[in-house]
Order: sequence, then structure tokens, then C-alpha cells
Amino acid sequence: MPEITGFAFPNDIHVTWSLMIVMYPYITGFVAGSFIVTSLYHLFDRQEFKPVARLAMATSFAFLLVASLPLQLHLGQPQRGPFVIVTPNFTSAMAGFGILYSFYMLVLVLELWFVWRQEIIERARRSRGTKRAFYAALALGTYDTSPEAIEIDHKAIKILAGICLPAACMLHGYVGFIFGAIKANPWWSTPLMPVIFLLSAAVSGIALLILLYQVHAKLERRPVVASCVQALASWLWFFLILTITLEELELIVMAYEKSESWLIISELLTTRLSFSYVTMQMIVGGLIPLILLAVVVLMNRYLHEKVRNTLATVAAFLTLIQVFSMRWNIVIGGQLLSKSLRGLRSPYEPEIFGREGVLVAIALFVAPFVILWVFDRVLGIEEPEGGPAANPPAAPPGAAPAGSHVP
Amino acid sequence: MSDCHDGCDGGRREFLAGTLKLAGGAVVTVIGGSALASSSSSPTSAPRPGGGAYDWNEHLWAYLIDTTKCIGCGSCARACKAENDVPDGFYRTWIERYVVGSEDSHVDSPNGGMDGFPPVQVGFVANKSFFVPKICNHCRATPCTQVCPVGASYRTKDGAVLVDAESCIGCGYCVQACPYGSRFIHPATHTASKCTWCYHRITKGLKPACVTVCPTQARQFGDLKKEGDPVRAVVEHDRVQILQGHLLTEPQCYYTHLDKEVR
Repeated sequence: MPEITGFAFPNDIHVTWSLMIVMYPYITGFVAGSFIVTSLYHLFDRQEFKPVARLAMATSFAFLLVASLPLQLHLGQPQRGPFVIVTPNFTSAMAGFGILYSFYMLVLVLELWFVWRQEIIERARRSRGTKRAFYAALALGTYDTSPEAIEIDHKAIKILAGICLPAACMLHGYVGFIFGAIKANPWWSTPLMPVIFLLSAAVSGIALLILLYQVHAKLERRPVVASCVQALASWLWFFLILTITLEELELIVMAYEKSESWLIISELLTTRLSFSYVTMQMIVGGLIPLILLAVVVLMNRYLHEKVRNTLATVAAFLTLIQVFSMRWNIVIGGQLLSKSLRGLRSPYEPEIFGREGVLVAIALFVAPFVILWVFDRVLGIEEPEGGPAANPPAAPPGAAPAGSHVP
Repeated sequence: MSDCHDGCDGGRREFLAGTLKLAGGAVVTVIGGSALASSSSSPTSAPRPGGGAYDWNEHLWAYLIDTTKCIGCGSCARACKAENDVPDGFYRTWIERYVVGSEDSHVDSPNGGMDGFPPVQVGFVANKSFFVPKICNHCRATPCTQVCPVGASYRTKDGAVLVDAESCIGCGYCVQACPYGSRFIHPATHTASKCTWCYHRITKGLKPACVTVCPTQARQFGDLKKEGDPVRAVVEHDRVQILQGHLLTEPQCYYTHLDKEVR
């Protein structure tokens, strides 16, 4: 039985939303954050992001595939999960998930198809047998890689990115809304919540790409483009400043107002969450990366490439911890606090095994990287050297071009 | 006195129900085939012992608690547990003890008050002490039904907030949304559970178990649509309070003599 300090309503001693509900916004955050990075290139023509644009899009897709799993794993009656989509109650914030998730998935898959269309056709041309049939099916029967068709692809990519970016923001802002709209819980109930979630999503997405990009480049034996890491670090710094500012402003307002709930929230932060909030979210994951990134951004010209990359990598790793801590402190912290506003329960320790345990959470975090690896094997994340074949004649099905090889 | 009336009525009904259970198949003949048929066809039309279906349009239930009458005996919480098979460690109703001084206050509810209250020592000068029974407020504008993603939580036309355990997905959103801590996820069914005002009893003309056993009438249950109902009279003519009124959930559980310390 958990220990209670003060007085908690008797039913408030249970942590109903477990580690899975911490993983849910964490994973969804990568979906939105990665897409923000890919949009900087595809939508806003920031050429410095070209080396990570496709990786970012594939990352968004990989995390999207697992984004609904934590929710599903959390349900008391998982077999009834589809009811949320089949018979939604539209007054519920949660009912929107099915709609937003499906819509984003649809638009993202369409965009992926346009971005990878030339590779799909190339591979269809180069392969034989079942493999060929697979790529031919992916190509949806069109082998047109003429300049006009490519031009149409580019337009489609831009339009779809224009739809996808707000969809990604909605998908994650909505996760913040799920918490922010609970008036019963003063630690959650603030209109700032969706904004903080969205900004921290951008932080986690960019941070993950700083790491992924360098790992991927090393695996592919490609050089790491310095300007790309520099640009990612700059944007990470920008979003981290915004996130931490808002996270602190929320508290400062509460404290200054001396709101009814501040007494218990300040106790929550300084006792139950002193490690996960003060140490991890604010210092290790907040202040230290802010300083490291400030060095990267402000002293760029004096830094050796290796030093810059190392600083950016360490900062990115720490901000990933910051974002996870933030999710933990919101989801779990909000449940350590009784709605009586008179008591706190002892810290929540997740189970190791079991459906909502630590091992499943790790598996959920690893799964998108496995998906990315499969994606790389099937479609190739990076553009082939020299880009896809310029304008090869449309090959009839069944005839691979002479001299082609399977990489 | 309405309590006597309902109590007597309830006694007869209980006796009748017991007889019927013993009689087994004789139920159909005693109650009347038509009443039973209608009860099985609609969940809202439970049979009255005297015959005739329950019509939820004819009632609007409300709960009234006079905190000055509660003696903290815990009978209500025990009756609730027995009547509704409430799992250990979870509560559909509970009693809070307040010990209040000018400098500090102490609140507790050991095992929901189910075993009564042992003496307590406080480290301040206590000026007053009292018990406050708590229960689902069956709010008219309830956030728990608002947030249910599948509509498994709903408010009936007669004012009870219920959960359809057959369609609840066990997401726990309603548990988070209830400002009063009245809901929990049942450890056996893994679906949301809460006070139903003993809906299976009130639709048969009985009172909720907690009200029936309360020895001091600190807990009362009444019908706002019924002329002369004592609860209705208090709600309409006396000064009544609700819990956490600032959240605008419109609770249908009213209090008299509520202290400022109570949330």
C-alpha cells in the first residue's frame, strides 16, 4: 500500500495512469517533432536540413506506427479499444485520438509515397520475382519518372507537408489537451499544457534527429554535414528555451497568484518529484543542455567540428531525458497529488514485467528504431549517391534494365 | 414521515423479494408476467414490487447530507461494500473526520471510515471536530461522462451517473476527471466503478443501502420531482451547499452545515 502524507481521498491513492501513459506522449512527441524537422526542408526550403529531411520523415512514420500501442496496452479492456473509433463519444477529448491519428497516418503515408516514389520505381525495375511484385505494388502501377512527373511529385510533397505539419501539431497538441482540459487536477489544468507539450515535442524530435543523423551517417559511412548539425542544434536551443520558459512560467504564475493548489503542488515538486523534476527536468535535462547548446550556437566559429558534434550530441541526449522527465512529472506527478489538495501519495514505482511494465516501455521505445532499420532495408532512407536515376525510360513490367544490381 | 413510509414499504418489499427467491419459478406468477417481461426488455424499467414498471421520467433523485448528524460509525460504508461487493481498498462511499483548530487542521479517513474512527491526537488546539460522509455527487454537468471516449459513462434521466461495464474500455479517463475521487478502476473487471446510488434498489422503490442503514439520518435520499419529499423541501427552501462549487459540475449531492475546510 502506498504511504500517504496528509490526507488523500481514499480512491486517490491508486496511480491509474501508468508508465504506458508516460510513454504515449513521449512517443507521439517524436512523431510531431520529427515532422517539424522534415517540414523545415520540404515546406520552408531550409536547405541545411536536406541531409536529415528524409530520415526525419521516416522517423515520424516509424514512431507513428507504435504511437497507439501504449494506449492500447494501458486499457483495462484492450479488446474494446476499437470502440474509441467505432462508437466515439465526441464530447471526450480522448475520442479525437482515432480521428487525428488516422488522418495524420493517411497524409503521412501519402507524402512518404511521393518522396520515395523514385526509389520504389528504381527498385521495382532492378528486382525480380516476388520482390519485384512487392515494389510494383508499392509503386501503384505508375513508373513515370519524367521531369513533369517529378515536378508534380514535388508539388504534391509540398502540399501534403502543408497539411501534415498542422496535423502533426494537432496530434501532439491534442495530447497536451487531454491533460490540460482536466479541471479536476490543478497540476494538469492549464491552457499552457498543449503548448508546452507541442514545444517539448519539437525539442524531442530535433534532439532525436541529432543523434539518429550522426549514427545513421556513421553506419552508412557518409560524412556528417556540419551545417546540418549546427542548424539542428540552433533549433534545438530555440525550442528548449521556449519549452523551459513556459514550464517555469506556469509555476511562477501559480506561485505568485498563491493559488489554492500551489501549497500542495510546491510540496509535490520539492518532495515527491524533487529528483525527476528539479534534478532531471530542470537541471540535468534543462539547464546543462541550454548551456551546451548556447556554446554550440554562440561560439560556432571557434569550435572544432568534433567538439561541436560532441556538444550537440550530449545536449541532445540530455534533452531527451528532459522531455521524458517532463512527461513523467506531468502524468505520474499529477496522480501523486490527491484531489483533496491535502495529501500526496508515495512515489510510484512501475512494475518491471507485465503489460504496463518497464520492459514493455523499453520495447516500445526500441520498436521504432527496428521499424526504421526495416524501412532502410526496404526503401533506403537516404537518397542513393547521385540521386535516383534521372530519367530512365519507363520500363515495361518484368524487364529489369541491363547491368542493374541489387544493393 | 416519509422515512417510515419508505422504510415500511422497503421492509415489505424485501420480505416479498425473499419469498420470491425461495419460490424460484413462482416469480412470474406472483409479480405478474407483464411486469417481468417489460423489465427484461428495458434496463430502465425495473419492476416495482407492487407491479408496474419503473419510469425514469417520473423521478429526479437527489442526496442530502447533514454533517452535524454524522457520528462516524461507518455503517454506511460497510453497507455499501456488502450491497455492491466493493473490492477491498476501494470505496464507493467513505467518511472523513475533520479536527479543526484556528492554526491547523487534521483530516483522516482510515479505511474509508469503514471500521469507525480510533481516537486521534493532534499537535494543535482543536476547536471543533466533525465527520463528513462522501459519495459520488452524481453531477448534472459531470466531467466524468464528458470525457468518456466511448460513452460508457452516462447520466440517466432520473439523475444517476452510471457506468456501463459492458462497454467501458477501462482507460481511466473518468477516474482522472472526477474532482471528488469517487471513481476507481475495479481490480477484477478492469472497468470504471463508482456509486450508483444503489440504482438496483432505487428503481424498486428502496433507498440506497447507505441511507437505509444510517442510524442518525445524516444521509437522506429523495426525489426532486415528488411533492412533499423532505429532501426536496430542504434543497428548495433551506441553505444547502455543494462540494467544489467553483468547478461548476452541479452536484446533486447536497450538504447542510458544511465547513469551509471541506473540499
